[in-house]
Amino acid sequence: MSAIDINPPYALLAELTHRCPLRCIYCSNPLELLAQTSELSTSLWFEVLTQARALGVVQVHLSGGEPLTRPDLDRIVERAAQLGIYSNLITSGLGLTDARAQKLSAAGLSHVQLSIQAADLQTADGIAGIAAFEKKKSAAEFICKAGLPFSMNAVLHRSNLAQVGDIIDLCRAWGAERLELANTQYYGWAMLNREALLPTAAELAQAESVYLQRKSQLQGEMELLWILSDYYEQFPKACMGGWGQLQLTVTPDGTVLPCQAAKAISSLPFENVRQRELSWIWNHSESFNKFRGFEWMKEPCHSCERKEIDFGGCRCQAFLLTGDAANTDPVCCWSPDRPAVDRVLAKVNTPPEKAKFELKFRGDSN
Amino acid sequence: MNDSIDRHSKPKLARKAKLQFDSVRSLTLLLLPERVVKLNKTAADILHLCDGKRAIEEITKELELRYSQAGLESEIIEFVRDVSRNGWVEK
Ligand code: SF4
Ligand code: SF4
Repeated sequence: MSAIDINPPYALLAELTHRCPLRCIYCSNPLELLAQTSELSTSLWFEVLTQARALGVVQVHLSGGEPLTRPDLDRIVERAAQLGIYSNLITSGLGLTDARAQKLSAAGLSHVQLSIQAADLQTADGIAGIAAFEKKKSAAEFICKAGLPFSMNAVLHRSNLAQVGDIIDLCRAWGAERLELANTQYYGWAMLNREALLPTAAELAQAESVYLQRKSQLQGEMELLWILSDYYEQFPKACMGGWGQLQLTVTPDGTVLPCQAAKAISSLPFENVRQRELSWIWNHSESFNKFRGFEWMKEPCHSCERKEIDFGGCRCQAFLLTGDAANTDPVCCWSPDRPAVDRVLAKVNTPPEKAKFELKFRGDSN
Repeated sequence: MNDSIDRHSKPKLARKAKLQFDSVRSLTLLLLPERVVKLNKTAADILHLCDGKRAIEEITKELELRYSQAGLESEIIEFVRDVSRNGWVEK
């Protein structure tokens, strides 16, 4: 194998659990959710954090599922703080009480990111699959009261895109300093619900123009971010600075992934922290080395100038849509598989637009 | 609003931002919710002094002394304007 520079990672996505009170139709967790009994213990998470720090990790995103379902969350936060790791809690807000927010803050939590499904109770609870809206509102109050730096995020799709302006107002009213508006990415549950979630081109353009307008109005007061809907782009999104370059994910049972969605690539063998040191996995495992550098690329990527910008796009998307993770991301206009994306777009953009799609809530059996 | 930063401003590192010396990379990092910024020595020194109590003129004096160098004020103001535009320091 040619010598490829391996740099230390900056961030760890720690999926503490797959348990979650919500049942979002676009959940990024895998379709096969891991049971509580397979979850890493507190001491194993301490070990993971210690090894991660030694490897170069300075930021941990505590995610799930809903991380608040773990009673040891504040101890994990405290350990991260002791190690000098910045901790970001990614939460639905369910399970957050006033006391818990205070405790997390005292434990050294650096930042909270609260998700919201829509701007009004009916739509929001319809998407979450349970009554969550009011609880999130209280959670936002507790976060602010505890003095925690606070962002919100909303996953955008057909049922809430028209509300973008209202979502922005709501998050501002709830006290968020920053809001990520993330168009749905199609993995996991979202892939299953793809045709119901994908907006039309016109809906997307309308929402984006509202975002741009509000962004300039709120300059200096609230930071707004827009994460593109890649199906509507000409070129794929860049794979996080490259596969195995900046970040790693540890799933609830200790499986180590180059990225959150990588479990979908069923052709790759993944390692587990119960068997291997993180540093070995990062530096030597097949899964991390497979798509590092440029040698693995096929055409049209291999001879393409943009490969240093987008790294050939997303490996997971290439696998999901073409069956081979080494293929060009089919979102790319130069991919021979682009028609697979265009067919879905054509279906979504052809009237009658009101065609009903059946939604699969996370947790429903198929 | 950034242009209102002058030698009397008392910049303060934003709540969401943390400075951390990283022994793995042997440099100081600025840690933010969704990103990590590598700092050079001077940038790290300035940000360490952005505590909301010191005015830029005091920060300047302190660093001029430390580096045995004069005339740093305009560069420091420029830097603080830059980072405040990114929301990493508050005034
Ligand atoms: S061909 Fe490959 S490298 Fe070139 S733009 Fe498309 S995905 Fe990116
Ligand atoms: S492979 Fe895809 S999902 Fe994974 S990090 Fe890259 S872009 Fe993201």
